[in-house]
Amino acid sequence: MSKNRHPLIALLLALPLALSACAGGGNSGSQDAYAPQPQTLQIYSSQHVNVTKALAEGFTAKTGIKTQVRDGEDASMGHMIVKEGDASPADVFLTENSPAMTVVERAGRLAPVQPATLAQAREGLAPSSGLWTPIAARSTVLVYNKDKISEADLPKSMMDLADPKWAGKWGAAPGGADFQAIVAGMLAERGEQQTRSWLEALTKNAKVYNNNIATMKAVNAGEVPVGIMYHYYWYRDQAGDKQGSANTALHFFGGGDPGAFVSLSAGGVLASSDMPEQAQQFLAYVTGPEGQRVMVDSGSMEYAIGKGVPSDPALPPLDSLQAPAVDASRLNSDDVISLMTDVGIL
Amino acid sequence: MSASSRPRGVALAAALVAALTVLPLLVILPSAVSVGAESAAAYLLRPRVGQLLAHTGMLVVVTVPASIIIGVLAAWLVERTALPWAGLWRTLLLAPLAVPAFVSAYAWVTVAPWLTGFTGAALVTTLSYYPFVFLPAAAMLRTLDPGDEEAARSLGLSPTAAVVRTVLPRLRPALSGGALLVTLHLLAEFGVLQMMRFQTLTTAIMQQYAVGFSDAAGSLLASVLLTLCLLALVLELLARGRRRVSKIGLGAQRRAVPVALGPWTAPALFFLAVLVVLALVVPLGTVGRWLARADIAGDLASGLVQVTLSTLGLALLGALAATAAALPGAWLLNRHRSGLTLLLERVTFLGSALPGVVVGLALVTLAVTWARPVYQTVALVIMAYAILFVPRAMVSLRAGLAASPPELSEASRSLGQGGTATLVRVVLPLMAPSVLTGFVLVALAVGTELTATLLLAPTGVDTLALAFWRAASELDYAGAAPYAAMMIALSVPLTLLLRRQILEER
Repeated sequence: MSKNRHPLIALLLALPLALSACAGGGNSGSQDAYAPQPQTLQIYSSQHVNVTKALAEGFTAKTGIKTQVRDGEDASMGHMIVKEGDASPADVFLTENSPAMTVVERAGRLAPVQPATLAQAREGLAPSSGLWTPIAARSTVLVYNKDKISEADLPKSMMDLADPKWAGKWGAAPGGADFQAIVAGMLAERGEQQTRSWLEALTKNAKVYNNNIATMKAVNAGEVPVGIMYHYYWYRDQAGDKQGSANTALHFFGGGDPGAFVSLSAGGVLASSDMPEQAQQFLAYVTGPEGQRVMVDSGSMEYAIGKGVPSDPALPPLDSLQAPAVDASRLNSDDVISLMTDVGIL
Repeated sequence: MSASSRPRGVALAAALVAALTVLPLLVILPSAVSVGAESAAAYLLRPRVGQLLAHTGMLVVVTVPASIIIGVLAAWLVERTALPWAGLWRTLLLAPLAVPAFVSAYAWVTVAPWLTGFTGAALVTTLSYYPFVFLPAAAMLRTLDPGDEEAARSLGLSPTAAVVRTVLPRLRPALSGGALLVTLHLLAEFGVLQMMRFQTLTTAIMQQYAVGFSDAAGSLLASVLLTLCLLALVLELLARGRRRVSKIGLGAQRRAVPVALGPWTAPALFFLAVLVVLALVVPLGTVGRWLARADIAGDLASGLVQVTLSTLGLALLGALAATAAALPGAWLLNRHRSGLTLLLERVTFLGSALPGVVVGLALVTLAVTWARPVYQTVALVIMAYAILFVPRAMVSLRAGLAASPPELSEASRSLGQGGTATLVRVVLPLMAPSVLTGFVLVALAVGTELTATLLLAPTGVDTLALAFWRAASELDYAGAAPYAAMMIALSVPLTLLLRRQILEER
């Protein structure tokens, strides 16, 4: 009589075994394996997948050190690393925007970057703390539809978009880390009062899109005359089939305006890394001439930050953008997020 | 004899499964409470949360009735009228189930870019979800004995009154069940709403995860969502009613005489044609159009095959886990029904009300805080699938067990067969079709699951839904098309299976 239940129980008992067997089967050999593998550099990255992949492959080709990439989003991944604490599988963290890195930095989870690596970046970009290094840069721009608005009618400053006359006429993706980095720049430079009222105006005036590409395509389609985004989506589309940007042009605010904010993509080594040497080697590669060229050649259209490495010739030079002078160490995405929560955007 | 001792092991297993199902609640609620009443109130009592609730409510208020009306009308036309080509319509009307809702949204966004916000969200969800009502309503109408309706007519009721008094009460469980399914799907929906830029609680939880990982704010929003789901469950129990609507005994059942449509034939055909065009032709046509522009060779090189295989792998593991998890409960309910087993069943069914985003968030929080060894592993994502899809497997397993009554096992034993031989030669062959159906249903659900997978996929694991979502979020429609097509192709068996269910239901 008790035999009857054995198959059931056996099936249940066998389940974890079956699971681990299958997971194990996926593990063997391939780089895209499931669980973190020993002796494989764990790269947590919220950078664009293609760029990270190109960098990781280039690094492995050069050094023979195997890598695994975990893909995520800026703030989420920063908080993830903090929450994982000492047991975090991550060895290296690459971000799209530096505020995600300062989340990790403030939690004391970063090991200092080797001075030689820091020295590979252009002067004046690296954070004062020396705990992480820029790996790329991107500029805030205003994208506008050439048929809907003339260049002369464009706002002089990004702050002007708070004016009621712009109601319903501009688009942005405030849910994304890119936009939150721009706001972090504004907060550091203009203070809470101005930033808050600008954000309040955003909730009334702006059309909200899911990301920069959606914003750009909406401007291209004439849904809104102008939109706030980063430069490289536009240059990438222009280099391709121009389907999302043919009717548009870019306006660089310049003059130290919050709308001329240049955001740094950051790279850092985790203090808890069990492969610190290889992790430092990876950062040295990424910021060095080879890695920077890999990034430029990937067609990401982000600015190279390495000394003597030219960015894509289609881009206006990084030095010509007249970005506001903000110490990247002072950018605080948590403050931005609580401000945006207060205002009701999040 | 040992009838009471026999199920103890199974009962323990069933209790473990039930505990697994309520695990997300046990993680989310304390995490939400941990912030303290004051900050919780400050966070929740904001205009923004009110707006999210209003959006969620608006969607439920429009999509649920629309799905019911469309689903019931279509079911009645197909099953009870002299509609031309009824068999073909039956298949076509079920077919939208093979198109994941977020793929349908992607199609609509490219066909009608102006159709965003509430209108687009309500349209796409209705077109994707009406089959949840159509399926049970069609199965019910098909087998409903026309005797009562005819008796009502003979007693002087008008045709309409006869339908209202005899048919509608019988449809009530099918309708309330269908409405519940639609509601729960709406509460859990992420892909469609994100694509339509219509923010609800679920999209807000994903957003909160993007800025704060597994923080308390996410848990607070998830608790609100959970409350809504439980509310829907309770409302359905009330709406279902306690009146007995089935006959005792099968009797001499016959098919109803189809209602002649007469001059209504053309409008009826037009209605169904429009429905099929909107729900099926638009998504399939759009995917096909983008597919023609897609760089298939490039996609193959960049891992379309590998992504498909890993999706299949996860789907099979998820189906295996959900089926195994459903087995003890189904067995008990079938063989040792008691108050306790009923409770276990209800608890397990809670899983069907848990949105993927809540299960995902709960398991991330659980693993990163307390169960680090399973953090970022396949085991964890499979566990999420098991929690989410146990009810689907359970329904089919119970049908299978019912097809293999204990008397047959006893007869087999009395003829000298041992327990194992009985299982292999009698029970399993009888159960197999239903078990397989449940297995396939779960596998298909896993194959197109998006939200929990977004939160839980281990490093390096990619699925069709994730790859589709990545491309579609960047509005790379051609890049997304091969993954969409693959998901649809894999889901085709679902339609065929469910069609059989209508035809066989008694």
